[in-house]
Amino acid sequence: MGKDKNVAWCPGCGNYSILPAIDKAIDELGLDRRKTVMVSGIGQAAKLPHYTEINYFNGLHGRSIPVATGIKATNPELVVIVVSGDGCLYGEGGNHFIHGIRRNSDITVIVHNNMVYGLTKGQASPTSQPGFKTPIQVCGVFEEPFNAISVAIALKAPFVARAFSGDIEKTKEIIKAAILARGFSLVEILQPCVSFNKVNTFAWFKERIYYLDENHHPEDIKKAFEISLEREKFALGIIYRNKERKTFEENLSLCGVNYPLIKRTILPEKIADWLN
Amino acid sequence: MNILITGPAGSGIQTIENLLCAIFKEEYYVFSTKEYMSRIRGGANTTTIRVEAKRVNAFSSRIDLLLSLDHRGLNRLQERINEKTLIFGDVETESRSSFRINFDQIASEIGHKVFANSVATGFIVGFMGGGKEKAEQIIGEFFKEKGEEAVRKNRESLSRGYYLGKEMAEKINFKLEMSPDERVRHELFLNGAQAIGLGALLGGCNFVSSYPMTPSTPVFTFLAEKGPKFNLIVEQAEDEIAAINMVLGSWYAGGRGLVSTSGGGFALMVEALSLAGMIESPLVIHLGQRPGPATGLPTRSEQADLLFSLFAGHGEFPRLIFAPGDLLEGIWLTFNAFNLADKYQMPVIILTDQYYIDTYYHLEPPEKEKFELRYYFEENPSPDYKRYQFTADGLSPRALPGGDGFVCLDSDEHDEEGHITEDRITRKLMVEKRNKKLEKFKINDTINPSFFGQKPYEILLISWGSTKNMVLEALEAIQDKKIAYLHLPLVYPLPETLKEYLNQAKKTIIIENNYTAQLARLIRMETGLEIKEKILKYDGHPFSVEEIEQELRGRI
Repeated sequence: MGKDKNVAWCPGCGNYSILPAIDKAIDELGLDRRKTVMVSGIGQAAKLPHYTEINYFNGLHGRSIPVATGIKATNPELVVIVVSGDGCLYGEGGNHFIHGIRRNSDITVIVHNNMVYGLTKGQASPTSQPGFKTPIQVCGVFEEPFNAISVAIALKAPFVARAFSGDIEKTKEIIKAAILARGFSLVEILQPCVSFNKVNTFAWFKERIYYLDENHHPEDIKKAFEISLEREKFALGIIYRNKERKTFEENLSLCGVNYPLIKRTILPEKIADWLN
Repeated sequence: MNILITGPAGSGIQTIENLLCAIFKEEYYVFSTKEYMSRIRGGANTTTIRVEAKRVNAFSSRIDLLLSLDHRGLNRLQERINEKTLIFGDVETESRSSFRINFDQIASEIGHKVFANSVATGFIVGFMGGGKEKAEQIIGEFFKEKGEEAVRKNRESLSRGYYLGKEMAEKINFKLEMSPDERVRHELFLNGAQAIGLGALLGGCNFVSSYPMTPSTPVFTFLAEKGPKFNLIVEQAEDEIAAINMVLGSWYAGGRGLVSTSGGGFALMVEALSLAGMIESPLVIHLGQRPGPATGLPTRSEQADLLFSLFAGHGEFPRLIFAPGDLLEGIWLTFNAFNLADKYQMPVIILTDQYYIDTYYHLEPPEKEKFELRYYFEENPSPDYKRYQFTADGLSPRALPGGDGFVCLDSDEHDEEGHITEDRITRKLMVEKRNKKLEKFKINDTINPSFFGQKPYEILLISWGSTKNMVLEALEAIQDKKIAYLHLPLVYPLPETLKEYLNQAKKTIIIENNYTAQLARLIRMETGLEIKEKILKYDGHPFSVEEIEQELRGRI
């Protein structure tokens, strides 16, 4: 762990594996940490930037994607990584998730998905499985789980992947590919919540996950979509790739935005010139 | 000369307004304002245009010349029509002052009903004795993009209307005695939205993200149009929450971001406003007020969000609230908002309203040199950089990410480095640090109220925002040296000098476009002084000069 900090995660939490996966991905890619920004929201996953050496903007619940977009668009030289949980990015921030993919800023979005709200002590999350009982959902969850992978594919996100916290090495490789991919890259990491999710445990995930092999072609949107709809098992790896879309920043440049942006240098002769 | 045009939405009032303003503004001082319904077609909208030989900048309810495109719109204007008002166009019955003219029919004769606007414009110009050639030239420029045929037909329409207007003036013996003023050609002619937009450009704004909402959208549109020329990122967000969070991201990375919104949109931004307070981010919000609660009157005007903007946001954190009273103040305060937000690392809210945004008049161009861009951040923080380092005045150096030191922000309570903490002493110090920045502003950068009148005075009028010019013109009409007037461009924190001004008056009167006298309540809260007399209006429309004059005459 990069910093000697009082870590607020529960013993045995999947976050302890996700953090080194991210850290190693950053280091193996040779990213300059001083030119890298992590943006997070609220929840246990969102505390991750505090436990490494990096610039961060730990903002509001659900709002990290717009913040990340504002940062990247203002200074595209920064590498921008969003790290937060399923409640933050799919629940509170669901609208930004959808429109963030449409906007396609060149950011990497890492979603810790443990299918439960941990920090608020065990309520259902948008990805909780039907029948999951909690102190609020006393009869069990009856909502359809939010399928972020399917949604991202439907919106033609440039990079859509799923990983499992129990496998640091493979998760690291997926994160590396996501950071390198241009445009909005989604990495959903399945992880158990040892304190509040006694159903979707490490063993439960282990039984259901499988890695996509070399026969899978991520450019094939129909196949990717089919995989994303699987209910009994969870495909891991790069599920979908779309290299055709321009990023938000590229579109801004095409619309006349010149970088670097900071500090105004265009000053016309007369104030009247500014009006016309 | 007060001209009013009435007609349903989509009937071309806007085109006539634009044409008449373009024609008259080259020779006379012109003022124009519109009021419109929340619909795309139909209903009854109006535009008031004042054309004068001397500077004019306030809304007057008097109508000298009324151009009617639909007689159904006349009923709601009854209280503004007097025995001298001349009405032309679609009238139900003709009289000594009402004349039926079928602009549509004349336009159809020329080729299409669409030219009716140019016929009507020509009519007004001809009736008022304006120059035909100049008007033809301007109409040519106006329709240039639509092709030669459009220019020819519109000029022909203007000409037909012009002679019709001239004949009418001769027939009823109307002659306008008004000499042109050369000086207007060197002046700007702009509306409130452009003033705010111009201020933002001068203030170095380079990132705008908003969600369209009347009446704030024209500022967004103005800046979008300027985007490519001035290197400005302009993005329409999926909602106001995204808009303000993007802007905070931009400030963090070194941008100067703005959101333009109205009450309902601002309500959605409140959580992020509190975030700006916590992370000590600069932020500029343009809040174009409209009557609430909820959807209220979407296209109308009110000043009822002063206390909302002051108290919006959970927790305690400082902010600045500006309320321009005229176009120059709009430019100046918005420009200043960017420098001051940067300097004090806090949100600055600029309060306008529909009336302010949609009102045009002439303005002597301010000197460019007065707008000095000042940046208050470090581009390359040192390795031991701490974003929230404790300092005597509460201001820690703000650095951008990308240099040698890490820049770490947290919406949780944090220590000097920006890490989450629940340490009680740190918490106490951080609360003090955030809030004492306002004290420094009060000492170094406060904006004094504008005082009009002479000392000693007996009666002191107090107002804020867009009511200013109406009060000033009403006072000019009343000509009473006992009355003085204080206008507040800075409504929070209230300037220290305010109390002295209030104490010197025997009687104080507040003038506000709301029901609860929000500035009076704020003044009482901050100074303990109560303003007992109140002139308030909350029907969705701005005060007119005449209304304020009448109210004041009844009280002095």
